[in-house]
Amino acid sequence: MEVVWLQLFNGISVSSILLLIALGLAVTFGQMNVINMAHGELIMVGAYATYLTQQLFQAYLPSSWFDQYFLLSILASFAAAFLIGLLLEKVLIRFLYGRPLDSLLATWGVGLALQQLARSIFGAPNVGVKSPSWLEGGLAVTDGLVFPYKRLFILGLVALCLLAMFLYIYRTAAGRRMRAVMQNRDMAACLGISTRRVDSMTFAIGSGLAGIAGCALTLIGPIGPSIGTYYIVDAFMVVVLGGVGKLIGTVVGALGIGMTNTLFEFWTTASLGKVLVFLCIVAFLQWKPKGFVALRTRSLD
Amino acid sequence: MREKKSKFKRQALGLAALSLAVMLAGCGQNEPASGSSPSASPGASSSPSESGSEIKVGILHSLSGTMAISEVSVKDAEMMAIEEINAKGGVLGKKIVPVTEDGASDWPTFAEKARKLLSEDKVATVFGGWTSASRKAMLPVFEELNGLLWYPVQYEGLEASPNIFYTGATTNQQIIPAVDWLLENRGKKVYLLGSDYVFPRTANKIIKAQLEAKGGELAGEEYTPLGHTDYTTIISKIKAADPDIVFNTLNGDSNVAFFKQLKDAGIGAADMTTLSVSVAEEEIRGIGADVLAGHLAAWNYFQTTDTPANKTFVEAYKAKYGADRVTADPIEAGYAAVYLWAAAVEKAGSTDVAKVKEAAKELEWDAPEGKVKIDGETQHLYKMARIGEVQADGQFKELWNSGEPVKPDPHLESYDWASGLSSGK
Amino acid sequence: MKAMMQKMSASRYGLAGIYLLAAALLMLAPMFTSDFRLNLLAKFLAFAIAAVGLDLLWGYTGILSLGHGVFFGLGGYAMAMHLKLQASGGRLPDFMDWSGLTKLPWFWAPFGNFWLAVILGIAIPAVVALFLGYFTFRNRIRGVYFTILTQALVIISVTLITGQQAYTGGTNGITGYGELFGYSLASPETKTALYYVTAAVLVLVFLLARIIVKSRFGKVLRAIRDGENRVRFLGYNPAKYQMAVFVLSAAFSGIAGMLFVLHVGIISPSMMGIVPSIEMVLWVAIGGRGTLIGAALGALLLNGAKSTFSETYPDIWLFFMGALFIVTTVFLPRGIAGLAVDGWRKLRLLLRGKRKEEPDHERSRYSAV
Repeated sequence: MEVVWLQLFNGISVSSILLLIALGLAVTFGQMNVINMAHGELIMVGAYATYLTQQLFQAYLPSSWFDQYFLLSILASFAAAFLIGLLLEKVLIRFLYGRPLDSLLATWGVGLALQQLARSIFGAPNVGVKSPSWLEGGLAVTDGLVFPYKRLFILGLVALCLLAMFLYIYRTAAGRRMRAVMQNRDMAACLGISTRRVDSMTFAIGSGLAGIAGCALTLIGPIGPSIGTYYIVDAFMVVVLGGVGKLIGTVVGALGIGMTNTLFEFWTTASLGKVLVFLCIVAFLQWKPKGFVALRTRSLD
Repeated sequence: MREKKSKFKRQALGLAALSLAVMLAGCGQNEPASGSSPSASPGASSSPSESGSEIKVGILHSLSGTMAISEVSVKDAEMMAIEEINAKGGVLGKKIVPVTEDGASDWPTFAEKARKLLSEDKVATVFGGWTSASRKAMLPVFEELNGLLWYPVQYEGLEASPNIFYTGATTNQQIIPAVDWLLENRGKKVYLLGSDYVFPRTANKIIKAQLEAKGGELAGEEYTPLGHTDYTTIISKIKAADPDIVFNTLNGDSNVAFFKQLKDAGIGAADMTTLSVSVAEEEIRGIGADVLAGHLAAWNYFQTTDTPANKTFVEAYKAKYGADRVTADPIEAGYAAVYLWAAAVEKAGSTDVAKVKEAAKELEWDAPEGKVKIDGETQHLYKMARIGEVQADGQFKELWNSGEPVKPDPHLESYDWASGLSSGK
Repeated sequence: MKAMMQKMSASRYGLAGIYLLAAALLMLAPMFTSDFRLNLLAKFLAFAIAAVGLDLLWGYTGILSLGHGVFFGLGGYAMAMHLKLQASGGRLPDFMDWSGLTKLPWFWAPFGNFWLAVILGIAIPAVVALFLGYFTFRNRIRGVYFTILTQALVIISVTLITGQQAYTGGTNGITGYGELFGYSLASPETKTALYYVTAAVLVLVFLLARIIVKSRFGKVLRAIRDGENRVRFLGYNPAKYQMAVFVLSAAFSGIAGMLFVLHVGIISPSMMGIVPSIEMVLWVAIGGRGTLIGAALGALLLNGAKSTFSETYPDIWLFFMGALFIVTTVFLPRGIAGLAVDGWRKLRLLLRGKRKEEPDHERSRYSAV
């Protein structure tokens, strides 16, 4: 019985991580239709920003403050990825709107360059990030059933990001402008919205979310120049499976993949589990080509 | 008519450009069409690699891609060894000039670059590779062109190519003694966890035979895809199986995820012994010493190994690449490879492959890990087997060693229980 | 008037000369290049075959597949399995032996025959493509969704092949063979011969693709690219056409994979992964999608650039590759072929004086993608 509960928790935890890495993509890909292959590298940027924050704390601040570095590093990794995203949008992405497949190729190039940049700056080997002591250990429900604090923290962080995105998109003026531009660019422009600025902002926010994902992943995974490649395909699967354009779809997509993955992996092996999950994705998309939650539209082409 | 003609022209233009590309691709950059030289053995007597006052050698590791996390440091150690030798006057009075190529974590690329080093640069020897897959990809090229490869990483054995020198451990110098030690000291119930590729699968096959022969018990066996980063389910399975020992053959980044998540699940070194064969000082840095403290690893060399040669090696490495860098077994094996090759060349008085191989037989050298000797028959090294425990500072404390260098036995011919593992060679 | 006719035919001869020159270069390359460069060039020519197939799918039909590495790999495996069986000479291939198999798996048996292996190397990718295409195109899955689906195909295939080490060689792939029909693959003569075979296959594939593009079938493909629903309303069934072209391009990739193995001597799951699949698309993009010659050219140039960069700057060559992709997509959306066409047009205008520019058929075709 304990195993069942533990696996349930693991499934939710895996889903939350998938959601976190896909959330930024849900914005850039879902809202703007930019296929950002450098999304994984933006995750990497966030991870390295966390590493840098830690190094700065260790070097310049009293050691008793060290545990607090992680809170700051969430902001730092958001900011770092946000700025890189902004820059990317200004110098590259804005030439590629309406050409999603071209954006795929160009951002692929960006991804390669960012990987090499990380390797040149931080060295090729992985770097270590020490988790803050208040995230060590876990919540022991029974003797054999322990929910690690880190996993719970990530769950909370995801919920927070989701809430923030929801409020931003549906409850603020900036979010309203964003939706307007995404739904009908020309009309929005006629109504006086600066579509250029909205585009930049949207892309930067999506990138920033990738940064937060990178920060959270330092708790449970490796930090190296090529970590982005581990997550990028999963992120796309989540967004596509969930349905493009709606946040709720992404949540459902992440839950779907995360839960089935954990289940299959438990029943079979890790390799076979992965194959089965992707087979399910292929089969599901045959049934619902637009994902779980599709935006209804009357337009054809 | 008009349109047709313009299309005709367009295609002709394209074809012209195509032919230009052919020329570009054909000539490459550093070799102005050397005519059709037959692919003679590059190390043949008075080969170009030896000409003038220089000897060219190849360095072929993954400098990009997922394997770069491990291989770049080995490249650094090899470069350092070359510089040191050059500072002392080089080999045969000639300077060693390294030609670096990037294997890009892609096996066919390793084969391509190996071919390039041997037939274009005509290097005297190549130091390179990390994964078994990269070695297997390069092997036919070295045998075809009669080159010489020095492979610096522990591996799964069952191989002895006449064109490769193996300076890392084979199974009977690392895995088999480690399993023996574990069965004696830590318990009988063993769980095998590995990445899904050839080294873990072969290693685990050997371990299973060994367990059967030595009265151990197999608690479970699990493989995860390379680059797998979520181990919560695997850890649940391990918990359910409740083994005494987890024998870990995970590779690279997966180790980081596994150990971090193992700790989060509340399983420490005190609760369950884990012994890894691919986690060295370098990996500890990336995982965090706090996470790994108390876990075990089996190698032939630790940064803390106490020999005079190691002291100078570690100092030189840190002086050259930064005080925060660490040395590790494959780094040391790469470093040793360069010195062994240089010694063999000095002894042979030539870089000719056959002569170097002959001279290398039973060659001894005081490596940082202690005295090593090349076994003439298998071209592996006699190496001391060691087991260490990770300390809070990220270094190993040696718990056990084999007392004397172990004779390499890649095909496990001296182990009765291993006779059924491989029918042929 | 007569003078002009003469001039025209003269330029025609000149152009025919260029054709001949290109053919001659392809044929004479073995004389000028070293064995290694020739081997490399032969590999690039094999890539060019895959690029032509991908261009039919993407450039002409508007379907972007990021899964062609799988088809390439399947072809490669077919050939590698044959070579491995030859090399093992009746015994079990070495990796099966390590993995504990005692008997050759049944599905390996047909690959013992070369011609059967070649047929399977084309047929297996084609069947896989047909299977995926049958469901996908009938369900009207298009654009980005199809692209993502092909990525799922890549993950499935790579994980499966890596996981079944005993049957497929696992991560190592299949390597360690040296003979075809008893000829050593290592000998310069065989290499030169294989180079000619590859060049000839490229020319054949190119001509076949050209015939297809010029045909009525090709017109429908382009119509689907520019407006799938309109084609449907005209009474065509786009799914059938899409399936056909998908299968065809998968088969081309399979052929390319088989030739690749002959030149490189190894096939492994790393050649089927996400990265090689995306690289294949980049060849077409940089060469110029929608022009067959551009796709072939792109494969040659990009791989040439990759080799050159990585040999010259082994530590930082990724910067150059990254920059190349970015610059090409932003400044040369129609690739090198597009640039060449524009350049030629301008040059001609300059030479002939200000004549009315030709109607711009070509430009419109790229806006759709």
